[in-house]
Amino acid sequence: MTNDKVITANNLTKKFGDFTAVDHISFDVHKGEIFGFLGANGAGKTTAMRMLCGLSLPTSGEATVAGYDVYKENEKIKKSIGYMSQKFSLYEDLTVKENIQFYGGIYHMTDKFIKEKTATILNQLHLQKEANTLVRSLPLGWKQKLAFSVALFHEPGIVFLDEPTGGVDPVTRREFWNMIYEAADSGTTIFVTTHYMDEAEYCSRVSIMVDGRIEALDAPGQLKKTYGAASMDEVFLKLARKAVRTAD
Amino acid sequence: MSAVDINNIVKTYGKKKEVTALSDISFNVGQGELFGIIGPDGAGKTSLFRILTTLLLADSGKATVEGLDVVKDYKSIRRKVGYMPGKFSLYPDLSVEENLSFFATIFNTSIKENYDLIKDIYVQIEPFKDRKAGKLSGGMKQKLALSCALIHRPSVLFLDEPTTGVDAVSRKEFWEMLKGLRKQGITILVSTPYMDEASLCDRVALIQNGKILSINTPQGIVNSFSKPLWAVKSTRMLSLLNELQQKDFVENVYPFGEFHHVVIKDRSGEELLQQTIQSKKDKNAVVQKVQPDIEDCFIALMKNE
Repeated sequence: MTNDKVITANNLTKKFGDFTAVDHISFDVHKGEIFGFLGANGAGKTTAMRMLCGLSLPTSGEATVAGYDVYKENEKIKKSIGYMSQKFSLYEDLTVKENIQFYGGIYHMTDKFIKEKTATILNQLHLQKEANTLVRSLPLGWKQKLAFSVALFHEPGIVFLDEPTGGVDPVTRREFWNMIYEAADSGTTIFVTTHYMDEAEYCSRVSIMVDGRIEALDAPGQLKKTYGAASMDEVFLKLARKAVRTAD
Repeated sequence: MSAVDINNIVKTYGKKKEVTALSDISFNVGQGELFGIIGPDGAGKTSLFRILTTLLLADSGKATVEGLDVVKDYKSIRRKVGYMPGKFSLYPDLSVEENLSFFATIFNTSIKENYDLIKDIYVQIEPFKDRKAGKLSGGMKQKLALSCALIHRPSVLFLDEPTTGVDAVSRKEFWEMLKGLRKQGITILVSTPYMDEASLCDRVALIQNGKILSINTPQGIVNSFSKPLWAVKSTRMLSLLNELQQKDFVENVYPFGEFHHVVIKDRSGEELLQQTIQSKKDKNAVVQKVQPDIEDCFIALMKNE
């Protein structure tokens, strides 16, 4: 393995009884890449992500994340990655500041580091005035930007984003992607899922899962060429319509 | 008579009314129309739907559904409307068939009586009719919820974000089902955060922060975009974005799929933009005039607010 590869998966498979949720997927993700992980509902994205985050043991195959083995070193993986999802990322009944401090504490950051970093995040997001506001009362777009900053708090090399922009307005959605670009620019690897096909165009490379397998993996421009499609939406529809198994 | 008539509806939340969910909203929806309410999370879509389905009282203003007042005539309205909330709200511990039969019974009807209306949708989940609703996949839950909202043959159907979190293929299928229902003469109000779904509606209201930004046919909204719009691309997209943000002739520039969209202040800027791109001698560079879509319009309207 060269140092450039921060995620490697080789025939990674997960079965639940006789159902194969993830079926021999193989791919590498390089440092600083924005890797788009697409697929229809039920294609196996969440199961694959859970294995890579050290939350679920594979049935067979190999994978490493940040150089650690998903079977034996899953605790080390958890410390080396950041994670946010649309469904859950912050505690609604804690304030903005408390949420940041809580995550800092969980990752065993020093008090000094937490204090400095909290100020930096509040400053970057222009949230100084809302520091003592409950997260519940923030608009969704602000919450998602805060959640992303919190996921990067302990300066992980890789961050997993599960549908981070669902339901967010078109302007804030773009501001969010600017934050992604900046993080990638400074060397953080981004692993992201989305249902917005225009966002697939912002990725360095995109994989498309169908029925537990990776059907296509390439740069967006190359995928469009390969499938003779005008947009990523078209590429996605061409591939996802092949699916035989039902959703989720 | 309009199917839905909304006049100066205001809704606030909080002890001091500090959160404004809907700020003086007025519009109407015609009989048999497929009407889209397009806006991000927190725009006020759910509050509006809950007021129209008589589940929530407005602070002020007046609204009618099928000519009936949402406050005075709430009982009659409930018999006439179908409502599919954004959150899955069926009984997870009842089977598919039990849920449908339950909703038919509380409206004094039966599955048999209105089967023709739900047939196209329900056949897709009928093979699983003995499965508990809580054990269904997302797509199947959605089909069951739609069947339950239709089983009493409502004349107006309210669908609150039926496609949120749903993949592109299932979203297309869902809109096909709506087209089928529209042919049966049902008035449909559907809310969505996906701008691309606007083009599938007869008319749309774009909504943000409790205010209506625009109401028109999808084509009408696109036609009202008055400034020149260009798409540009180069090898280094991030630096191109930063560069164009500094230009005087640029009104707005933002990423748009593989391109950046550039809104130009006036015609004279078009030449300047072309020169800027061509001077880079980048063989991957593209600069071309494009037609705006609903998302471009939404971004422009948000900027004006």
